[in-house]
Amino acid sequence: MVDAAHDQVDFVPPAEVEEMELYHPKSFLTKYVFSQDAKVIAIQYSFTAIAIGLVALVLSWMMRLQLGFPETFSFIEAEDYYQFITMHGMIMVIYLLTALFLGGFGNYLIPLMVGARDMVFPYVNMLSYWIYLAAVLILLASFFVPGGPTGAGWTLYPPQAILPGTPGAEGGIILMLVSLAFFIVGFTMGGLNYVVTVLQARTRGMTLMRMPLTIWGIFMATVLALLAFPALFVGAVMMTLDSLLGTSFFMPAIVHMGEQLSYGGGSPVLFQHLFWFFGHPEVYIVALPAFGIVSDLISVHARRHIFGYRLMVWAIVIIGGLSFIVWAHHMYVSGMNPWFGFFFATTTLIIAIPTAIKVYNWVLTLWRGNIQLTIPMLFALAFIVTFVNGGITGLFLGNVVVDVPLSDTMFVVAHFHMVMGVAPIMVVFGAIYHWYPKMTGRMMNVAMGQIHFWITFLGAYAIFLPLHYLGFLGVPRRYYEMTDTTFIPASAQDLNAFVTVIALVVGAAQLLFLFNIGWSLVNGKKSGPNPWRATTLEWQTAQTPPGHGNFGKELPVVHRWAYAFGLPDATEDYVPQNLPPDQLNSDYDNSKLSPDTPQAAE
Amino acid sequence: MNLFQQLMEKPWLTEASEVVELRDGRTFAMAREKLGLRVFLVVAMVVFSLFAAAYVERMVFSDWNSIPIPWLLWLNTLVLVLSSVAMHRAWGSARRGRIEGVRLGLYAGGAFALLFLAGQLLSWRGLVAMGYYADANPANAFFYLLTALHGIHLGGGLVAWVRTMVKVRRGDGVPQMRLSIELCTVYWHFLLLIWLVLFALMLLT
Repeated sequence: MVDAAHDQVDFVPPAEVEEMELYHPKSFLTKYVFSQDAKVIAIQYSFTAIAIGLVALVLSWMMRLQLGFPETFSFIEAEDYYQFITMHGMIMVIYLLTALFLGGFGNYLIPLMVGARDMVFPYVNMLSYWIYLAAVLILLASFFVPGGPTGAGWTLYPPQAILPGTPGAEGGIILMLVSLAFFIVGFTMGGLNYVVTVLQARTRGMTLMRMPLTIWGIFMATVLALLAFPALFVGAVMMTLDSLLGTSFFMPAIVHMGEQLSYGGGSPVLFQHLFWFFGHPEVYIVALPAFGIVSDLISVHARRHIFGYRLMVWAIVIIGGLSFIVWAHHMYVSGMNPWFGFFFATTTLIIAIPTAIKVYNWVLTLWRGNIQLTIPMLFALAFIVTFVNGGITGLFLGNVVVDVPLSDTMFVVAHFHMVMGVAPIMVVFGAIYHWYPKMTGRMMNVAMGQIHFWITFLGAYAIFLPLHYLGFLGVPRRYYEMTDTTFIPASAQDLNAFVTVIALVVGAAQLLFLFNIGWSLVNGKKSGPNPWRATTLEWQTAQTPPGHGNFGKELPVVHRWAYAFGLPDATEDYVPQNLPPDQLNSDYDNSKLSPDTPQAAE
Repeated sequence: MNLFQQLMEKPWLTEASEVVELRDGRTFAMAREKLGLRVFLVVAMVVFSLFAAAYVERMVFSDWNSIPIPWLLWLNTLVLVLSSVAMHRAWGSARRGRIEGVRLGLYAGGAFALLFLAGQLLSWRGLVAMGYYADANPANAFFYLLTALHGIHLGGGLVAWVRTMVKVRRGDGVPQMRLSIELCTVYWHFLLLIWLVLFALMLLT
């Protein structure tokens, strides 16, 4: 790794970063619009992701209306329904969760938590957001082309995805694939930043094993995404060519509407392999940041150090590694060799071990902790419960013999919504309630937060527990309506109607959350720099919200890990990471902790 | 300290805590741009590997009709090797601080790369003229796709090359452009390697 020609030039330790090194915005446009400051980019990412997420939320309402009350709504045709499920799935998984966790939280938290002034390649970081925005706009544009967006299901399996008869086969599918390609290019630009910033731009004393678990989760998820998204990219490029140029990468010889098409010789299963080689790590791209953030939320709000920090780090790394060798458990019904099924079932079940270690460690962190039932803590606890629930149904589906009868039923829908829908979203909410004071200087309203939490948490269970049961009954997913099916009792329809009503209520509760975000910006209680009395560096900045360059003239020096709670000889029950060891008895004044800021100088 | 040692530390123990504070926060002893490029090369490697895997997966079927490899591709390979060699010379000169060598190497490297791209386009035209269209069978489609992808990557490299050339034309000192030249060279070697593997793959079928 070391090469002699560069030793002297490259390795001068940057204890005091010169102002020249930082990019400085000169106008309103470069400060708030085409900004290269990671904090602004983070907020841009978050708002875009939440906005497109709202579209997906409305789409899920539409689907639920159709499922709960079939033959009632004339504006939902079968084609519309397929388009709704496709767009809902793709938006939620990629354009909302991936973008929000990595582009949003990653950009905001990585530089602040590792003690850097900004991402290492700010210009590339800015490009990353604008390409992401373009991807979102291209995706939205597919609602307005003839034929509408694609209705191929979020997995986009060929050959049906690009054949006439599938909604959106005219233009929607192309826009979807192009949008995905854009997203991946944009993400890769951001991902390079996140990885290199974590590896090379940490402040003095912030060793790898002192990093907050939030950073470990986001870092590992970024590594996964960098390695997994190429598979989706490859699949998207090849399918685009199949659709536009008539190549046959994925298209077998096929008779369509009584007519022999010119396709021939392609392999549809190849697409499934590519898709799931991306698709399974994607689960962990969403889950690992959630794991990391929830660890920090639990530790701070239970006033206790995280239990088994080292195992937590290694579990994140091991889960990341294992997630690349389990993908074909999504394809048990594709007719693969039984030995493959055996292999993938085994690896799938092995993933339960590091995951269980994490769950035990969260619970052991809570054990005899001084638990504060703040809103972030409620969401963190809800995450643990929900993740365990969703994880256990995953053990069912990981076994071939159980998966085959349950495949493509509502059970699968319930499973993945619990484990990678509800659970990570709980963490997103918890994280927003937790870091909102740092981003704005004000606390979010607690009463509204409580209402939001309880409706969301209980509502999510009221929605998805019945879906497990419907799955056992054999209700298939992706069916527009069931009409007269003999093996499904009529009462299943009543259950569906119940789920729909709850889904509308839970969806509406999210509007209260959005209202809270806006309302608290003006009316929220002033938070001060460190309302949760947390140890990590982002809470120790002199300015709240952190100013341009994050820290004062000197970067903070880190003296301990991020979980120093309840030290016997300290004044408070927490010790900030950058508090010098000889000052444990002083008061932790932020302007003293990060000196040389404009405020301290006054 | 290698990566594994860094991961095995227990900085929460008091006896271990003083030592680590002396270190700055770098995991690897290299410039950020260099690590950034390496991470990108890994991503690009994954993209090419997946295409290659798809190619091999398809190739084993009995209905595979391989495309005749134009003789021009051998010439192109030679040109790409020369391009890489020239870039390497430029880097060597940069390390020794010789601006003339840098200039010559960069001009030659860029020119050969452009020549390579032109050659690739010519071989495409030749194949199309012979009636090997992309939609005729998967082997043809793969040929066009893989060569196009490689060409696009080389095009991206040429953007970095142009940015380095701007520094040279502006008359910057060799130390200021050394890192750019090194990164270009590494990227060129990487693309040469990818091309050799792809070319071998196409010849084998």
